Amino acid sequence: MATITSPVKAESRDLNFYYSSGHKALKGISMALYEKRITALIGPSGCGKSTFLRCFNRMHDLYPGNKYDGQIVMHPDNTNILDSGVDPIEVRMRISMVFQKPNPFPKSIYENVAYGLRVRGERNKRVVDDKVEEALKGAALWDEVKNRLHDLAFNLSGGQQQRLCIARALATDPEIMLFDEPTSALDPIATASIEELMSELRNKLTILVVTHNMQQAARVSDYTAYMYLGELIEYDDTDKIFTNPGRKETEDYITGKFG
Amino acid sequence: MTTQASVLANLAEVRAMIRKHKRNDFIFSIIGLLALMLGLLTLFTLFIDLVATGYPRFSLDFLTNYPSRKAAHAGLLSAWVGSLLVMLVTFISAVPMGVAAGVYLEEYAPKNWFSDLIEINVTNLAGVPSIVYGLLALGLFVYGLGFGESILTAGLTLGLLILPIVIVNTRESIRGIPIAIREAAYAVGATKWQVVFHHVLHYASGGILTGVIIGMARAIGETAPIITIGALTFIAFLPPSPVSDVAPFINVEWLSSGFTVLPIQMFNWLSRPDHAFHINAAATGALIIVVTLLMNATAIWLRYRIRKNIKW
Repeated sequence: MATITSPVKAESRDLNFYYSSGHKALKGISMALYEKRITALIGPSGCGKSTFLRCFNRMHDLYPGNKYDGQIVMHPDNTNILDSGVDPIEVRMRISMVFQKPNPFPKSIYENVAYGLRVRGERNKRVVDDKVEEALKGAALWDEVKNRLHDLAFNLSGGQQQRLCIARALATDPEIMLFDEPTSALDPIATASIEELMSELRNKLTILVVTHNMQQAARVSDYTAYMYLGELIEYDDTDKIFTNPGRKETEDYITGKFG
Repeated sequence: MTTQASVLANLAEVRAMIRKHKRNDFIFSIIGLLALMLGLLTLFTLFIDLVATGYPRFSLDFLTNYPSRKAAHAGLLSAWVGSLLVMLVTFISAVPMGVAAGVYLEEYAPKNWFSDLIEINVTNLAGVPSIVYGLLALGLFVYGLGFGESILTAGLTLGLLILPIVIVNTRESIRGIPIAIREAAYAVGATKWQVVFHHVLHYASGGILTGVIIGMARAIGETAPIITIGALTFIAFLPPSPVSDVAPFINVEWLSSGFTVLPIQMFNWLSRPDHAFHINAAATGALIIVVTLLMNATAIWLRYRIRKNIKW
């Protein structure tokens, strides 16, 4: 790859994943996420991109019978976050997630953002206030909600709710942020604001984003991985993937001949 | 034009079919209405009858007098105080246990054949005749544990009786919370306990409370198990007060006191030959129905209040 100027933040090594049904959803995935870069996962439905993303914060542990085989190593500490000795809670404290549909808690705007801090036992109101403000500013939502922090989060629009979820994920200073199709439930204007936000977040943290929208991958990401049927077909600079892909399958998908 | 003719014929056929279907629609709506009315009217007639018969006894005296040999002076004091205290024990015993069991089954227990078996049994327990609970309590609480024929025994018995109702309702309201909300909490690093305590219990509280109140409304009218464990029928004293004026301000003597409850008092009056007592029984019946309806109305109101601010 041509423009690697950033250290590796996390890398999966020969990662296989089995759902409790026995279905093998990931087949030998090895790829690296670069620090303070945005990596996009594209591919047709059912190709395993969301499954792969959800390995990074051990979301699969919530449902019995799922099985990981392989490693995801986080740097600089070289922790294999899939190791059964590593607590998924610890992983989630380092790697936060934004979901497909905005999923705010039925609580106030303030409490939604503060929740990650509450989970960590932070009780100092001054600290929480500051963090909430910082996170809401980081999620470009502060100006819109600063006068109604104690309103219910449900009263926000869909795009605002999603930025609130980003603020919630941001409040705990994660190292990596996962986005699982973060704009698929949003209108184009809200989508543009989320994309802009992701580009800004890139200064602070490493981002892995699953998207159905290839233009979105082309617009926001530095690197793009094309997955198909649980396999990583090609992984390279986004520019290269979209202008001069190395594999025929990737080209077919990008150009719309397939998928 | 054969095609036009066939289209028209076809249309006529379709219209006839729709008319027939609509007729079925109408017939069913009438049957449904009748079925609904039959149930409601029966209850309503019963209630009106009780009120009409018991009307002469509706006074404050009826609530502040002890039972008496003279029907006109007999009152419900010991019965409603007894009911209140028994309900208190029922609440304290059934709610924490039921909610804890429901949360455990839904959130913690591994999903396998054994938890399925437990689930089926809990649901079945809700359908066990109440007299069976009475027999169990007679053996276990009265003799086995030596609680005697006391308020404690009665409260625990009714607590057992409504436990499955509380468990089933807890589980159902927990199940109604979308997975997305749990994942949101897990994704910021919450532990299972934090997810349950901060979110699941919180958002399910409306449904849980409804289940508790509906269970209590059932318990307050239960007669058979209370008779089985040997409630007294003629009591001219009150149990010791649960609150005292000396530290620690709470005493537990009342737990071991003899008692009677509203339905037992009603049963007692009804079984006397003197018609004057039947009037007392009718008045008591009306009171029990009113209390039950009020409890259920509270449940509906609470559920509405709590859910109003939550839309998934």
